[in-house]
Amino acid sequence: MSDDRLGITGEVASGDRRNERIVTRVLQGCAAVTIATTVAIFAVLLDNAFSFFYGQRLHEAVLGATLDQRVGVVEFITGTRWAPYHAFPDYGVLPLINGTLLITVGAAFISIPIGTATAIYLSEYASERVRGVLKPTLEVLAGIPTIVYGFFAISFITPVFVRPVFETLGFSVSFYNAFAGMVVVGIMTIPMVSSISEDAMSSVPDDLRNAAYGLGATKQEVSTQVVLPASISGILASYILAVSRAIGETMAVTLAAGHRSQMTLNPFVEIQTMTAYMVQMARGEAALGTVEYQSLFAVGLVLFLMTLSMNLLNDWVKRRYREVYR
Amino acid sequence: MSETELEIDVDREEDADEETTSDEIAVETRDLSVWYGEDRALQDIDMKVPENKVTAMIGPSGCGKSTFLRCINRMNDRIDTCRVEGEVRFRGKNVYDDDVDPVALRRRIGMVFQKPNPFPKSIRENVAYGLKIQNKTDNLDESVETALRRAALWDEVKDQLDSSGLDLSGGQQQRLCIARAIAPDPEVILMDEPASALDPVATSQIEDLIEELARDYTVMVVTHNMQQAARISDKTAVFLTGGELVEFDDTKKIFENPDDQRVEDYITGKFG
Ligand SMILES: Nc1ncnc2c1ncn2[C@@H]1O[C@H](COP(=O)(O)OP(=O)(O)O)[C@@H](O)[C@H]1O
Ligand SMILES: [Mg+2]
Repeated sequence: MSDDRLGITGEVASGDRRNERIVTRVLQGCAAVTIATTVAIFAVLLDNAFSFFYGQRLHEAVLGATLDQRVGVVEFITGTRWAPYHAFPDYGVLPLINGTLLITVGAAFISIPIGTATAIYLSEYASERVRGVLKPTLEVLAGIPTIVYGFFAISFITPVFVRPVFETLGFSVSFYNAFAGMVVVGIMTIPMVSSISEDAMSSVPDDLRNAAYGLGATKQEVSTQVVLPASISGILASYILAVSRAIGETMAVTLAAGHRSQMTLNPFVEIQTMTAYMVQMARGEAALGTVEYQSLFAVGLVLFLMTLSMNLLNDWVKRRYREVYR
Repeated sequence: MSETELEIDVDREEDADEETTSDEIAVETRDLSVWYGEDRALQDIDMKVPENKVTAMIGPSGCGKSTFLRCINRMNDRIDTCRVEGEVRFRGKNVYDDDVDPVALRRRIGMVFQKPNPFPKSIRENVAYGLKIQNKTDNLDESVETALRRAALWDEVKDQLDSSGLDLSGGQQQRLCIARAIAPDPEVILMDEPASALDPVATSQIEDLIEELARDYTVMVVTHNMQQAARISDKTAVFLTGGELVEFDDTKKIFENPDDQRVEDYITGKFG
């Protein structure tokens, strides 16, 4: 080699480059697996959901199978009665969406204020020692299996808290009720809000705090007027994640809130969420290929679209409220 | 003025029209010592800071200049491991007394930091922030303008008051921070190496500004740049490694004829 004396064309360089290429390929492969899985799930949902409406899966229809309209898309999206097992079945998905949103909104009313307050406390008020105890505790809370939360709801939240309190106040509270579901999902998602928000607040540079303290700001003013606005992007992200998690939450709400789909905003009656319905269906109460069975995929598709839209919202928020400090 | 009259609070009406001679002491430390955990950062500092003058604190890195400054407005309270002994008297009142509220104290002693640290808010809101938290919101726009003029920044930013403070250059940001500090009209301004992150042009603007500010305020400025101290200060305190105040005197005296050999060595560049 004519350029050998430069020392940049030898074995070492090419060996390193080969390693580099292999590592890059492996990493790309791993990333590709996750993307492929997401696409595959979406494809299967869509394919099967199509048969719920038209009697044939999407790929069969594309290949020329004759369609056999079963459930109208409009009926599905706008119908207010969900009764797949009834002698006169109805497939209006709104009661299930209603159930899911009821739980999600209720849970957000618990997890967002408590989670945010916890984050502010941890980041701005707590001493090193308190933080050292509280943060691992929250992580334990986050690691409890959701089925355990479900049992906690029916064995504690409902009988010891919801029923005694609200029955005294004159409400009639059924054993399975949306309220217990809201509380338990709210508690479950507190650590998500608090830990992500706390990370965002802790990464606000101390320079900004010093600036405000130096002007005679109180701790409360520094927290709410300086730290909170500067970390708003991460805080909103934590809310969106918590909501997303609440939408998809399954075991705890299935146990706590029950299996009666109804179009109601009353939190003290039994309701059914989309996920709870899917559990019921997947347990095999309906035969493969029946409309009831295929409804699983239609509902799953709606659920997927809802969580997907939360992800898109998250991306938008991130772009809109980029960390403003440097 | 007797000590009991001197409550540290936001209300300074009572002493506003009081005659002050140029020899009046704004801040005095007595036997001031500071520890971070087991490590001692300052040793028995006695110092009398005159009113409406520029007092410079110089010395090699790590000798406790910033620590000293943070004692004056009790910003050291924010550091868990920091322990202070001795007294810091602000107009005769020890700021470490139990009845002193550090929040109220900091409203009368403003601070400017080494690295410009404007809030990620508009220029207007940056300057108005101290006024707002101190409820001095009458004629807010006017006060903002006055502060920006005093900080020699008004002409450069008057047409963009609503754009972000972070869009300014480093030197402008630091003048914005000075405007923010003086807007609520404190009595003392502490500056911790306010020009060390800036280019020479911006530095000389800040230096001019500091001299200007001494007409109305007591300015205490930390610097490790000796020429800067010589140029802008009336009094100079020389700290040396270990947190010792070696000599404190008129700036002229310190630079021309210091008493202490170590000060002479430091100033002539033999160490530090
Ligand atoms: N927050 C802190 N925690 C522990 N030690 C500190 C802290 N700040 C300063 N020190 C120590 O105190 C001494 C004086 O520091 P400092 O006041 O920053 O000096 P200077 O401003 O003169 O460079 C140094 O030894 C430094 O390591
Ligand atoms: Mg320093």
